[in-house]
Amino acid sequence: MKVVNKLSWMIGGEAGYGIMNTGRIFAKTFTRGGLNVFGYNEYPSLVRGGHNVYHIRVEDDPINAAVKPVDLLVALNHETIDRHKDDLTNGGGVIYDEDVNLEKHEIKSKARLYPVPLIKIAKDIAGKDLMKNTVALGASVALIGYDFEILASVLRDTFKKKGKAIVESNVKCARAGYDYVSEKGWHDGFTHKLHKISDKKKILMTGNEALALGAIAGGLDFYVAYPMTPSSSILHYMVAKQKEYKFFAKHVCDEIEAVNMALGASYAGARAMVGTATGGFALMVETLSFAGMCEVPITFVVSQRGAPATGLPTWTSQTDLKFFINAGHGEFPRIVVAPGDAKETFYVAAEAMNLAEKFQIPVIIALDKYLSESVYSIDHLYPKRARIDRGLIVKNPKKGFKRYEVTKTGVSPRTLPGTPNGFYACNSDEHNEFGYSNEEIKNRNMQYSKRMKKLKEIRKVLPKPVLYGSRKAELTLITWGSTKGAALDAMHFLKNEGINVNVLQVTYVFPFPTNEINRVMKKNKVLVIENNYTGQFASLIREHTGVKVKNRLNKYDGRPIYPVEIIHKVREVLRNG
Amino acid sequence: MVKPADLKTDEVITFCPGCGNYGILAALKNAVSELGLREEDVVIVSGVGCHGHMANFVRVYTVQSLHGRPVPFAMGVKIANKKLHVIVLSGDGDSFGEGLNHFINVMRGNSNITYICHDNIIYGLTTGQRSPTADKSMITKSTPFGAPEIRIIPVKLALVSGATFVARSYAGDIRHLTDIIKQGIKHEGISFIDVLQPCVTFNKINTFDFYNKRVYKLEKARHNKKSLASALKKAEEWGDKIPIGVFYQERRETFDEFFKQKQPLISRNRSKIDVSKTLEEHK
Ligand SMILES: Cc1ncc(C[n+]2csc(CCOP(=O)(O)OP(=O)(O)O)c2C)c(N)n1
Ligand code: SF4
Repeated sequence: MKVVNKLSWMIGGEAGYGIMNTGRIFAKTFTRGGLNVFGYNEYPSLVRGGHNVYHIRVEDDPINAAVKPVDLLVALNHETIDRHKDDLTNGGGVIYDEDVNLEKHEIKSKARLYPVPLIKIAKDIAGKDLMKNTVALGASVALIGYDFEILASVLRDTFKKKGKAIVESNVKCARAGYDYVSEKGWHDGFTHKLHKISDKKKILMTGNEALALGAIAGGLDFYVAYPMTPSSSILHYMVAKQKEYKFFAKHVCDEIEAVNMALGASYAGARAMVGTATGGFALMVETLSFAGMCEVPITFVVSQRGAPATGLPTWTSQTDLKFFINAGHGEFPRIVVAPGDAKETFYVAAEAMNLAEKFQIPVIIALDKYLSESVYSIDHLYPKRARIDRGLIVKNPKKGFKRYEVTKTGVSPRTLPGTPNGFYACNSDEHNEFGYSNEEIKNRNMQYSKRMKKLKEIRKVLPKPVLYGSRKAELTLITWGSTKGAALDAMHFLKNEGINVNVLQVTYVFPFPTNEINRVMKKNKVLVIENNYTGQFASLIREHTGVKVKNRLNKYDGRPIYPVEIIHKVREVLRNG
Repeated sequence: MVKPADLKTDEVITFCPGCGNYGILAALKNAVSELGLREEDVVIVSGVGCHGHMANFVRVYTVQSLHGRPVPFAMGVKIANKKLHVIVLSGDGDSFGEGLNHFINVMRGNSNITYICHDNIIYGLTTGQRSPTADKSMITKSTPFGAPEIRIIPVKLALVSGATFVARSYAGDIRHLTDIIKQGIKHEGISFIDVLQPCVTFNKINTFDFYNKRVYKLEKARHNKKSLASALKKAEEWGDKIPIGVFYQERRETFDEFFKQKQPLISRNRSKIDVSKTLEEHK
């Protein structure tokens, strides 16, 4: 019989306990054994006191989304049990500190209870209780029968920078947790087991890390931002890497400063990107329009979170697709791209900068909290694939250079300041071919249509939506951005039930892929899945194809869409014909 | 060396006859010419207002950015290519009304930029509303009974914000203004120049006549420009006598010195980037 590696593990406790780090360490423990991992975190907008969880799925087969059920729960406080006891599976278990008063009857499922003196062990070894999480990791590894040495190697690498003493106490704490469970013999009764399946370590990264590293590989010169969850970790990654890769990154005064600095840098020849969350993007909108008018390339990366206003700062949402498409006064071409997972995000980062420079337009990369902060395991990434295309830059212009020359494609070659004879005005007023202010009707029409013409050219090169699963299916699930993962997992699950659906992921959302969507709408019944209330993508479908979308799955409580919710909805749609 | 006349574009100059902006335009071209700068290395970034139209009239790389935003745009230009001479032209509206935070921030960060404020104590382009540098009592279209806010003194604000070169000059004295702009461009770090600019159409108080009677030169007044305390004291002087000249100058680590930029950022070798080591850290 084939041994099936499959586990859903969760650690929960009060904010400030280092839950996020612990979760990340555990995720890496499995990607180092060649296993697939998906890690998802939940936390309130508090530094201390709120409830934090880190949830990891591990399997042999690729996994793409978070799920609700938990096989092994590490509860650092009683609240974790209160909140998640109903998610426990029948063969599952709970590791908790002896001090957490937990009675068997509190838990409805047949999950077993494993009281471990987490705090006492940590205190005995390290003098304080800080490393109780590490003890729990050791205990977890023992229960699932995984190779302890892999956990130890991850601990060593993670804490290397903090010195030998910290490394050693962590490994000791983990070992003590491991030994405690082994001595009790609990591992015999726990049926979920995980084994290393390969020496090939997988890459483990969040969407934000993929974005940052993808951009660096793609020749990013300039990144500025103002901290705002869930985009801040991009900034942290960039500033940490700027010396090694010799580019510029900075936390600046505010979002308006950030975007105008980035535009100035791009005008002067830097490949520039600015990062924020949706609230910060709202402040950048006037400058987005400036970029449209002056045809200065710029890439925005914007992570969506629960809104309006300050909203749900640490929870996910897809409420800003229409905002991205329509932000900015006036009409001008732009591209909106919403990658579906970390791997796509890595490649999109470089491609977005290429498109921005090639067409001299703003490009908006739409992420969301779920994609930004979840960890994905990836088999390979090929940084060299991120080839750099800077568009048309003239090095030796003749006298009388026309920066805004009316061309067939709408794209005019640009010069960088410092180039002899390349003078022009980069002018937020309507301007003539030299950039000088001009309000005449003929000129206005020429320049306006020159800019708008680019949309047609963009459509020619923009990557098309990607169809996953079989070409013929009873139903097509349409997703954009991070909901792709849950849809793919639902598709695989349904296949085992004999229900054949496929998934159409629209990553390059705008300019809207009218022809491709039209084709699908004509051929098949569809279900549009979105993390918002109004069904923004469904509404775009109607706008561009004239067809009303009958079946929608929407959720707007800040939590991700789970595969099981899609599965239920698919059954319902198919039942109702 | 480029002559001032060569720095002219073919665009028709649209300032009102007699506007102080003519003097600033002349002094700016003089300064670029007299310093012998390569015209293609000069970038002028203006805000939006009457002064912003200057972007049409100087044959160098010019930018008319957004109202209130020339400063961050200029900072970005300088970071991308530190070889460029970056000059900000800004109204008193877009310095102290829209986007005041940029003003304070650029002084603190000491970017190697020259910042010229066309201080006409009025909103010119929008036809004569009150500006933040106006007196409480000033009656304008938008403030028929004056306003509760006291005036911002640009020189004082620059000083307390950490500027490393702070000067004032006058559009009616092109020679003086030329020299101040030259000093500002040569200064390493941020140089702030508040230019008294009569708006002949909308400001009937601060006219050429008003200034001609009042301005005197700090250069001739034995002012110690190394002393912040003396500079602050001089900054408060506004009445029968109005000082022009350099109030303050110091040498402090600049923005690009902090980032240890040796080569312009745009000349980095992008083809050599190899992230495989970082990818390993993710395994
Ligand atoms: C965001 C924004 N708000 C308002 C305006 C309208 N506006 C244009 S210029 C200006 C003020 C002009 O005053 P100042 O900056 O002192 O320049 P001046 O015209 O006096 O040279 C205003 C309010 C604008 N262009 N953009
Ligand atoms: S309105 Fe005033 S500032 Fe504007 S051009 Fe006329 S005189 Fe000059």
